[in-house]
Amino acid sequence: MENRPLGYDYTVAKMFMLTTIVLGIVGMLIGVILAFELAFPSINTILGSGLAEYTNFSRLRPLHTDAVIFGFTISGVFATWYYVGQRVLKVNMAESPLLMFLGKLQFWLYVVTVAAVVVSLLAGVTTSKEYAEFEWPIDLAIVVVWVLFGVNMFGLIGMRREKSLYISVWYYIATFLGIAMLYLFNNMEVPTMLATSAAGETGIGSWYHSVSMYAGTNDALVQWWYGHNAVAFGFTVPIVAMIYYFLPKESGQAIYSYKLSLLSFWGLMFVYLWAGGHHLLFSTVPDWMQTMGSIFSIVLILPSWGSAINMLLTMKGEWQQVAASPLIKFMVLGSTFYMFSTLEGPIQAIKSVNAIAHFTDWIVGHVHDGVLGWVGFMIMAALYHMAPRVFKREIYSKSLMASQFWIQTLGVVLYFTSMWIAGITQGMMWRAHDEFGNLAYSFIDTVTVLHPYYAIRGVGGLLYLIGFLMFAYNIYKTMTAGKPLEKEPANASPMGA
Amino acid sequence: MNIADLQAYGYFAITVFMTVSLYAYIYHLYKNKKDADGHDYEEYSNMALHDDIGDTPVNPISKDDKK
Repeated sequence: MENRPLGYDYTVAKMFMLTTIVLGIVGMLIGVILAFELAFPSINTILGSGLAEYTNFSRLRPLHTDAVIFGFTISGVFATWYYVGQRVLKVNMAESPLLMFLGKLQFWLYVVTVAAVVVSLLAGVTTSKEYAEFEWPIDLAIVVVWVLFGVNMFGLIGMRREKSLYISVWYYIATFLGIAMLYLFNNMEVPTMLATSAAGETGIGSWYHSVSMYAGTNDALVQWWYGHNAVAFGFTVPIVAMIYYFLPKESGQAIYSYKLSLLSFWGLMFVYLWAGGHHLLFSTVPDWMQTMGSIFSIVLILPSWGSAINMLLTMKGEWQQVAASPLIKFMVLGSTFYMFSTLEGPIQAIKSVNAIAHFTDWIVGHVHDGVLGWVGFMIMAALYHMAPRVFKREIYSKSLMASQFWIQTLGVVLYFTSMWIAGITQGMMWRAHDEFGNLAYSFIDTVTVLHPYYAIRGVGGLLYLIGFLMFAYNIYKTMTAGKPLEKEPANASPMGA
Repeated sequence: MNIADLQAYGYFAITVFMTVSLYAYIYHLYKNKKDADGHDYEEYSNMALHDDIGDTPVNPISKDDKK
């Protein structure tokens, strides 16, 4: 009989659980502030005109997107990897002191990088590339964090006792490789210090500020290849990894069809990378590329629904668990929102629909039913499942979790319905014209009409934030005051009243 | 034949190839049911369900693999 350790080591997982929650609160709070700034513009200068630089929409917007993408979501990916990875590979991370050291190093370097991002973006230091606003020194630090993540991942895989890799591990590997490739190519940039002006002057730029190596249409293409695939490899692939582990484990049900999970994996990998062109419909990008983006977006329904249906069918015969457990509710609704937004996205990518939808709030609604309903719900469910196992305590309160679920669900519904109405109204008003082709409305007319929907969106976002604070409180109380567990629960997570 | 024709034929050929590959893969999975190690694919769900450090791996790394 070989020597096996007594359990798994969750030190690094716990560290990233902390950043998931803290950065989630920061990112969502800024999001709510932004929503109310759009509805009530005076909030842009709420701290006075002297500080308006730091409180206006355009300064805060990248902080919101980057905090929820690279803060909340990526921390959630790290936290769940350091939990799921060990378990399905049946290896304790502490068996390798080197991996433990590198995991902690990754965490602390990540924290330093996050601090640099917050300070630089608040100060207005930005490359102005959407979702890639960080200047080159921060980009390099992010690359180091990511490489450490990869070394840990493949280090753990190298030490495994289970020869086959569970489907979630495939998805985590795809996350690592996908983001590495996207991040490197989209952030190719040149410090302006190295530039020469038309008059031949040198040394006129700054050492930290940079410009993209791509220009014009090429820049747009690379940007949206990156932007859309950040959705693929940040908001889809690792979240699918999570649900393939946490839903079967929490419910005690085997995946409905493991073969379907393999098929969906390869389908997603082949198709997703080609769909980014749908962000550039009716732009200067070659027409065939736009058509290709549309077609691949439609085909993308198949692998997305393959995973989502597989998850819903996993609950076959066990639907009473959905009624009984708020934790299962989060995952089943998450999976449903995944189906819903992966149908909505392809619809928006159809050229004739996009002619109305492009640049409108419908797009914002689409992103948020995906991230709030799918990504947010799944990461919170994962952390709820992990909490009793890493803290060895019962989840503090089931009723608090159930209330949170309904408050947040209401928040998501208010968010996306208001944005649908706002978006389609906006799209129709922009196009309306009289019989001579004169536009029927000016821009400010749309702003007036949209005001109530912007206010509703703010309320929806606020409800979601309140739910997230309830989640943070519940996890905090689990950690400090939950009833201690003698034995690790096999499936359903034990919860206090 | 100009470059546009070549692209069109190439596009068609690749589409056919990828469609055939996809369906062949589906056929392969459902016909064989088992992978090269002789494990039914569906057994692999147990990697998540039985994931205690003391549980028996579905497909353990044998001493031969470590050589």
